Amino acid sequence: MPRIIVDVMPKPEILDPQGKAIAGALQRLGQTGFSAVRQGKRFELTVEGEVTEEILEQARHAADTLLSNPVIEDVTRVEVVKDATIGVGE
Amino acid sequence: MSETPLIGDFPPAPDAGLSGARIGVITFPGTLDDVDAARAVRLAGGTAVSLWHGEASLQDVDAVILPGGFSYGDYLRAGAISRFAPVMERVIDGAKGSLPVLGICNGFQILTEAHLLPGSMIKNNHLHFICRDQTLRVENNGTAWTSDYEAGSEIVVPLKNQDGQYVADEKTLDELEGEGRVVFRYVDVNPNGSRRDIAGISNAAGNVVGLMPHPEHAVEAGYGPDSSAFGPVDVRGGTDGLGIFTSVLKKIVGAN
Repeated sequence: MPRIIVDVMPKPEILDPQGKAIAGALQRLGQTGFSAVRQGKRFELTVEGEVTEEILEQARHAADTLLSNPVIEDVTRVEVVKDATIGVGE
Repeated sequence: MSETPLIGDFPPAPDAGLSGARIGVITFPGTLDDVDAARAVRLAGGTAVSLWHGEASLQDVDAVILPGGFSYGDYLRAGAISRFAPVMERVIDGAKGSLPVLGICNGFQILTEAHLLPGSMIKNNHLHFICRDQTLRVENNGTAWTSDYEAGSEIVVPLKNQDGQYVADEKTLDELEGEGRVVFRYVDVNPNGSRRDIAGISNAAGNVVGLMPHPEHAVEAGYGPDSSAFGPVDVRGGTDGLGIFTSVLKKIVGAN
């Protein structure tokens, strides 16, 4: 079944406390190649049957209203993925 | 119904004339402080009415409190799912009229998610859950919920949260400051990295107020903070939060 992937990231100007903590942990683990970490969210919306333009529009609406808060987050991706297995790379 | 004090040393009896004011307290799945908020309403002299998130009715209450807790486990974002509860349609309609609405902690988060108040809360800048007695300054006593305090007075109430860092863009912060809508500000310590030490704000009309700290936990001697901004108190004797509730009750009955 096709899925619609929605990615949500904290806005660039908002400090991301979780990302900062992860960056600190990476440093402590000796993985020093990264200067910063930002943590976002990925949603997978499974669709029974074909992804019509109407369903995609619903997904965009959901992304803007429920899945993200425009005060602190940006929707960075709304995209259809056709493969059937959840969790396998696109 | 008047409230029986739990221990011997208790505050003076509330003004009997306030009992006609009915304050709704909404319970969402995961709400924790609804019972304390209802008790605070009764200790202040009002009548508390329990409201359920799933029912699109406010039962003709005169004001509404969205209490603290972790509604829906803070899943997605704190307050993000509760904001769409059936009862919230009525709260939003009422708030856009003149219904006094108070959001405490998670209730504040729900009000920002519902766009009744600007800005948002993100995780504390130090990432820890924090629980402390916090001094606040009442910056604006012109709201429905703060008129019983002197402007500029300080109060001590408990603060306990994980996602308590108030953020908004600079333009919004400047508007809030310019319009006197910063209602409470952290004093001495900024406990969570909130922009401009903001602990609570109001809408433009002043009927909707949200704050992160918990005034409902500072209403009864024996169960409050160990200190008060108004003078020495016994251990757990702080009741500085009571004024929030008497403010709205007096406004409703026309005494303020």
